[in-house]
Amino acid sequence: MAKVFIYPATSLILSDLVARFGHKPLGAALGIRERIQTAGVDSPPLQITPEEPKRGLKYAAVEVPSGVRGRMAIYGPLIEEAEAAVIVTDADFAFGCMGCARTDELILFSLRQSGIPILELKYPTTDDEGVRFVAAIKKFLAGLPNGGAA
Amino acid sequence: MSQKVRIAQLSCGPEYSGVQKEIYDAAGSVGAEVFFPDIALADVERAVDRFGLDVRSADLKLMIARGMALVDGKVDADGVFIGTCFRCAEAAIVRNELRRYIPEHSRLPVVSYSFTERTTAGTLLTRMEALTTIARRRALLAREEQTGITMGVDSGSSTTKAVVMKDNEIVGTGWHPTTEVIASADSVVADALAMAGLVPDDIQAIGTTGYGRFLIGKHFGAELVQEELTVNSKGAVYLAGHQKGSATVIDIGGMDNKAISVIDGIPGTFTMGGICAGASGRFLEMTAKRLGVDITELGPLAMKGMGKNVPMNSYCIVFGTQSLVNALAAGSSREDVAAAACHSVAEQVFEQQLQEVDIKEPVIMVGGTSLIEGLVYAMGQLLQTEVVVPPYSQYIGAVGSALLASGFVKGE
Repeated sequence: MAKVFIYPATSLILSDLVARFGHKPLGAALGIRERIQTAGVDSPPLQITPEEPKRGLKYAAVEVPSGVRGRMAIYGPLIEEAEAAVIVTDADFAFGCMGCARTDELILFSLRQSGIPILELKYPTTDDEGVRFVAAIKKFLAGLPNGGAA
Repeated sequence: MSQKVRIAQLSCGPEYSGVQKEIYDAAGSVGAEVFFPDIALADVERAVDRFGLDVRSADLKLMIARGMALVDGKVDADGVFIGTCFRCAEAAIVRNELRRYIPEHSRLPVVSYSFTERTTAGTLLTRMEALTTIARRRALLAREEQTGITMGVDSGSSTTKAVVMKDNEIVGTGWHPTTEVIASADSVVADALAMAGLVPDDIQAIGTTGYGRFLIGKHFGAELVQEELTVNSKGAVYLAGHQKGSATVIDIGGMDNKAISVIDGIPGTFTMGGICAGASGRFLEMTAKRLGVDITELGPLAMKGMGKNVPMNSYCIVFGTQSLVNALAAGSSREDVAAAACHSVAEQVFEQQLQEVDIKEPVIMVGGTSLIEGLVYAMGQLLQTEVVVPPYSQYIGAVGSALLASGFVKGE
């Protein structure tokens, strides 16, 4: 079983796919809701304290906005832990999205720098692309150590 | 208990910055509640397209969609708080455009703030209080005339001021540097009453403002305890005789600066910033001390100098003082240095704060620093307009408090 970081970290579909193939998804475990009644699209379920942005200094310098550092305090350790990653770019909001584009850039950069196997895909817009999208993820996950068939 | 003022929060990053609780606490302490306008995910992109600002961050898109829902009347609110992370350029653009868009298309008062993880409820308190007052006390703020005998006391960070008003006239004033908060307030009140020829029992209502407003409000049993954004706006347009229409009020204080866009005497958008001491009255006090003149002499001295002869442009009081010392050591005249110091302070306020409010004429400068004519001149040059300094401008908070307090005079 490999620990697979998923991006967008809020994608329950990606999280489910990774788990189905016998791996451990590393993400936010947050679903994007149809109606947004919280401060942001990916609001954390618990109050984050001002300590998180300080912990985030390990991943981003002090001149980086506090919201980015607070997010990195959560995602940074997961990226360090990850053994592989599946990245889906240009995803529809409903598939999963994250509130801060600057954090997204830093997360993707950190993943690419880490040297772990990464599958990068564009979000499908047609049925055919959708089939190829799932097949590519399946092939990637099956190729990871101790991966299994869904 | 009165109904809570409902403040719609449009934000990006407060939860991950760990400051959401501080926002809740600040609102709660002034009898307001913060809520997030309920938006359907499917409506977000549509609203962003309509607004026309193509941003990448999903939370900024959400902010735009929520702002438009408020303007379209799909969501009810009494006021709007806009907050984004400090140092985020993308967020700053959205914050500024929404701050402009919402008051232009609705009657909702707006306050905006860029936070860091160090932001506390205390920092947000004055802004939330002003926002709540504007939403809740429109009737009180509509007052244009002082009636009865009232007193206003302004317990500021540098000085404490008191004003006694009777039948729409200022009949007594008092002014002292703030040392011990209550003792300073007692002194200025005694001076103002003596000048007016009145005794404490003659006063029918008291209003307090400034940093020490709660403490002195309790001490004097004040009917009105009010933050300075609201009372300064009222005081400024009252003293300038411009209670109708638009105006901009600038108050460069000892500890923070206020820039308020006022419509019919009621604050619309405003900024209140500490920036840094290099952009405050404190720097001018230091300059006067270094030049060996009283602060009251700094303005006339500056008017005789040429600011552009001395390089000085820093929002940091340490760097500003460095420039000052270097200029004097290089042989610059005291007049030029005084003018440069005034220009430097005006420039910091212009660059850091005045960009955040829509400057509408007349521009009214108030507070103790408005008596420094070199500073008023420098601000007028930067804004390319004639700056109005009304009589009693240094007593602005006290005058605004006394004016509004007359709403509490029995029979009113």
